[in-house]
Amino acid sequence: MVKSFGEFLLFIQSMLFRKERFSVLWNRTVDECIIIGVNSIFIVAIVSAFIGAVTCVQIAYNLTNPLIPKSTIGYMVREMTILELAPTITSIVLAGKVGSSIAGGLGTMRITEQVSALEVMGINSASYLVLPRIVAAMLMFPLLVILAMSLSIIGGYLAGSLTGALSAQEYVEGIRTDFIPYNIVFALIKSVVFAFLVSAIAAFKGFFTSGGALEVGAASTDAVNNSIIAILVADFALAAILL
Amino acid sequence: MIEVHNVQKSFDGNQVLRGINCTFETGKCNLLLGGSGTGKSVLLQCIVGLMKPDIGSITFDGTVFTNNKVDIKQEIRRKIGMLFQGSALFDSMTVAENVEFPLKMLMTEMSREERLDRVEFCLKRVGLENAGTKMPSEISGGMKKRVGIARAIAPNCTYLFCDEPNSGLDPLTSIKIDELIHEITHEYGITTVVVTHDMNSVIEIGDHIIFLYKGQKLWDGNKDEILNAKVPELKEFIFSSSLVRAAKKVDDETHGGLAAATTDEAINI
Ligand SMILES: Nc1ncnc2c1ncn2[C@@H]1O[C@H](COP(=O)(O)OP(=O)(O)OP(=O)(O)O)[C@@H](O)[C@H]1O
Ligand SMILES: [Mg+2]
Repeated sequence: MVKSFGEFLLFIQSMLFRKERFSVLWNRTVDECIIIGVNSIFIVAIVSAFIGAVTCVQIAYNLTNPLIPKSTIGYMVREMTILELAPTITSIVLAGKVGSSIAGGLGTMRITEQVSALEVMGINSASYLVLPRIVAAMLMFPLLVILAMSLSIIGGYLAGSLTGALSAQEYVEGIRTDFIPYNIVFALIKSVVFAFLVSAIAAFKGFFTSGGALEVGAASTDAVNNSIIAILVADFALAAILL
Repeated sequence: MIEVHNVQKSFDGNQVLRGINCTFETGKCNLLLGGSGTGKSVLLQCIVGLMKPDIGSITFDGTVFTNNKVDIKQEIRRKIGMLFQGSALFDSMTVAENVEFPLKMLMTEMSREERLDRVEFCLKRVGLENAGTKMPSEISGGMKKRVGIARAIAPNCTYLFCDEPNSGLDPLTSIKIDELIHEITHEYGITTVVVTHDMNSVIEIGDHIIFLYKGQKLWDGNKDEILNAKVPELKEFIFSSSLVRAAKKVDDETHGGLAAATTDEAINI
C-alpha cells in the first residue's frame, strides 16, 4: 500500500518532469476533453435527473408533519444534490466510465508495445499519454457536475409536480430559500479533486499493466474500485476540512 | 557502428545477460540470433534504452548512450527507428498518421507539406502507397510490419532495430519483409539490428550474425561462415531445421559458397 503510493507519486512526478511541447499536449487535451466530457453527457444527464426525481419523491414521502411547509422538500432536494449527490454520484459514475476507459486504453497501449514505441522515439510517454487525460478530466468533471446539479433540480421539479407531492410554486420557493453560493464552489472544488483522483489512479493502473488482455481487464477493474474508494475518502476529508 | 561493452542484466537474481561484447556494423544487417529465452529481446531493449543494463555500456558511433546526460540520450534516440514484434502501431491513428507521427513530434522544423511528402515517400518505399487512410485494425500482419518499417525510417533514422520482423508471417511474406529491411539498410547505409531465430533470414540477409546462447555471445561471423561454424550449440541450433540441412548438402556438393544455396534451391530438393 505504502509502496504503491510511493510509486504513484513518482509516476506523477515523471509526468511533470520532462514535458512535451505545449501545442502537442494542448491538442491531445482537447481530444481527451471530447472523449471524457462530451461522451459522458448522456449518462450523467440520465443519472442526475433520476436522482433529483427520486430524492424529491422520497423526501415528500418522509415529510408527513403538516407543520413543516411543503417548500422544505424543494429546499432539501437542492441542498442534497448540490452539496453531495451531484458531485459525488457523478464522479462515481464517471469513475466507472472514464476510469475504466483510461485504464483499459493505456493498458492496451502498454501490452501492445505502443508505450515502448513512444519511449524509443524519445517521447516522455507518461507526459504525452497521461497528462492530457488528467487535465481533460479536471476541466470536464466540474462542467458535468454543473450539468448534473441543474438536471437533478429539474428532475426533482418534474417528479414533484407529476406525482402531486408539492406544487411547482412550493418547489421553486424551496429552491430559493437560504441559498448559499459557497456550496456550489465547494461542490466544484470536490469535482476537481475527484477528477484528479479518478484519472490519475486509472492512468497509474493502466500505464503499469504487464502481461496480456487478462491483465488489462484486471487493471480496469482495479482502477474503478480504487478510484471509487478514493472518491469517498476524499469526500469525507473535504467535508471535514472545508465545511 | 554500435558497440556493446560487457552488458549484464538480471531480473530478481535470474541472470539473463552475462557480459555481452559485440559490435553492430554500419551499412549492414546485423542479426541477433538465438533460441527462445536467450535474452535477445532484453539485449535489444537495453540497446535502445527501454531497459537499463546492470553493468556495461552501449556506444553509438563513439557517443556513450548508457548513463549519459538526458539531452545526449535524446539526441541519439532521435536517430533510432524501431520495428516492434507486434508492430506497435498506434491504433487510434490511420496508417499515414502513424508514419507522420515521429515527424510531427521530433522534426518540428518540417512544414506540413514536407511531412506529407515524406509520409508518401515512406509508404511508397514499403509498397503501401494506397493504404494511407486505413486504420491499423483493417490491415494484415504483413502490412502492419511494413507500416512499422515506414514509421521507423520516416525521420531518417541512422539506426534501425527490428524485433523478430517475420514472426507470425508466412514464409513468402517474411522473405519480402527481410528483403525490404536489407534493401533499406544498404540504400541508406544505416546500422540495422535484427533479432531473429529464423534461419531463412540468416541465409537471406545475414551480413553480420551474432549468436547468443544463454545470455552469452558464442559466435559471430557472416552468412557464408555460419554453416561451417564449429561451435556445437550453434550447429545444433542451425541444423535443427531440415531445410538448412538440405541447403548445406547442396552447398557441399556444388562447392559453391552459401550464396549458391539460396532457400529457393533448398525448397526444390
Ligand atoms: N521484464 C522482465 N522481467 C523479468 N524477467 C524478464 C523480463 N524480460 C525478460 N525476462 C526474462 O529474460 C529471459 C530472456 O527473455 P527474452 O525476451 O530476451 O528472450 P528472447 O531471446 O527474446 O526469446 P524469444 O525468441 O522467445 O523472444 C527470459 O527468461 C525472461 O523470462
Ligand atoms: Mg524476444
